[in-house]
Amino acid sequence: MFAQEFMRNALLAGTFVALACGVCGWFVVLRGQVFAGDALSHVAFPGALAAAVAGIDQRIGLFAATVLAGAAIGLAGRGVLARGKGANAGGGGTVAAPADDATIGVIFTFILALGLFLLTRFSLGSGGSSGIEAARTLFGSIFGLGAGEARLAALVGIGVTALALAIARPLLFASVAPDVAAARGVPTRLLGIGFLALLGVVAAEAGQALGALLLLGLLTAPAAAAQRVVRSPGASLALAAALAVAATWSGLALAYAIPSLPPSSAVVMIAVAVYLLTLVRR
Amino acid sequence: MSAESSPSLSWNLGHDIGRLFEYHFMINALLAGSAAAVLAAAAGWMMVLRHETFAGHTLAVMSFPGAAAAALAGVPAAVGYLAFCSSGALAIARLPRGGGWREESAGTGAVQALALALGFLFVSLYGGVLGDLESLLFGDVLGVSDGQVLELAVLAALTLAVLAAIGRPLLFASVDPVVAASRGVPVARLSSGFLLLLGLAVAATSQVTGPLLVLALLVMPAASAQALSARPLVSLALSIAIGLLVVWVSLAASYYSVYPPGFFIGAVAFAGWLLARGTAALRGRRRRPALAARLTGSPPGAPA
Repeated sequence: MFAQEFMRNALLAGTFVALACGVCGWFVVLRGQVFAGDALSHVAFPGALAAAVAGIDQRIGLFAATVLAGAAIGLAGRGVLARGKGANAGGGGTVAAPADDATIGVIFTFILALGLFLLTRFSLGSGGSSGIEAARTLFGSIFGLGAGEARLAALVGIGVTALALAIARPLLFASVAPDVAAARGVPTRLLGIGFLALLGVVAAEAGQALGALLLLGLLTAPAAAAQRVVRSPGASLALAAALAVAATWSGLALAYAIPSLPPSSAVVMIAVAVYLLTLVRR
Repeated sequence: MSAESSPSLSWNLGHDIGRLFEYHFMINALLAGSAAAVLAAAAGWMMVLRHETFAGHTLAVMSFPGAAAAALAGVPAAVGYLAFCSSGALAIARLPRGGGWREESAGTGAVQALALALGFLFVSLYGGVLGDLESLLFGDVLGVSDGQVLELAVLAALTLAVLAAIGRPLLFASVDPVVAASRGVPVARLSSGFLLLLGLAVAATSQVTGPLLVLALLVMPAASAQALSARPLVSLALSIAIGLLVVWVSLAASYYSVYPPGFFIGAVAFAGWLLARGTAALRGRRRRPALAARLTGSPPGAPA
């Protein structure tokens, strides 16, 4: 398995992108921002198209779109929703709901509509492979990465992980007790916007290396599973990262063994299966 | 290509509007679009009030594995849509609610990721090309058949009837679940019932807008209406009116241009939302809390 060049590239990129997803996803789940993360992964597609229409490198469009959208959602939002934590079982009080799920929905749907506009423009201009482009942005192809792309993905993954760990303490404080954190002088709003921008970088990198599909699964499932199993923040953060990497490795190996199984599907299904197991055992 | 394929506007507005009805496909599109707009605006109004936008989007995504599974099994795509939308709704309804929204949103994300993974798997098992990717993702309202129009109208009427029947207790359970439960309202059953209904509405709407832009008709009119009025019935009616207006304007605009209706629906609805938020801000009123606060009887800024 390791003798194959494409497999080595996939493992290199997959490992570090999964690490970044696991660490960032832990905060995403803690802050109840899964919808925002999902929205960012969809924004990658219009971004790539915009770059294609403008005739510049797809990656620039991807990163610009996701980082800007992340900052916009952070700016439009009214802060973290953790303040109404602990809604009673059963209905879930209105207090615990996020203040701005509708706003996220509105913003990202509009960006998708722009994507459709760009898709039309693009296919009018150069009549052709736009559909294939779109498919690649949505689903990626981790087995099709070149050595250079894989190394870049790994570097971005390491960078994002390091940045997330660097702001981990204040971000955790601001996520769990926003009012107290603000009173102690923690810049909660800035942290929130910065974190979403960082999430934009993850979305762009994971989106173009592995596909938007893989992103949501790796962002959500390992973190949600870890937070159900372990209570201590440090341990559950580490567990989330480890689960994400383990799911990626086993998914890639499984997809290598079964050719008709797409690698991103395998990785996501394994990650979600682990999460489902934590739901059953309680 | 653009010059010949799309008719040009004249200075006579009445004549231009009349020309919209010249073709059968355009009449079908208007009918289907109107049915979807009413359905989506009504279901979306409740969805926005219940903070279930993420669930709505996740249900919309279900149409991808739905269509792929239907292609694989050789059944009509609509069957796959409906099957996946309703099982997705049931899955989301069964998620643990212990941790409040945090837990619920994580679980919803996992459901969506799994659905996408399955869809991708089905596509690769199917092997062939799954229709036209663009129309699969963004719908094809201009290609709606007579049968589909009828289907949509029946679905819309059915959903509206159910919504009208459970509307009052559902509203009660949405704004104050604890008090509603203590008064004997079956809160848990109502919320799974609503998710199922939402799944149905999403499946119907996505035949017009495509799964990716379902939210344009589901969220935008509802969010605009709730920003404008704090009275439940007024804002519900407003939401339906905005939805219809958006669809009609968008279809007319796309008839006279090269760009697809989906783009106009998203853009026009977004403009409406910006306008509504601007108006609400000018009136010095907070948008969503206004309705929720009015219904629960507490002032907007009050700590809950």
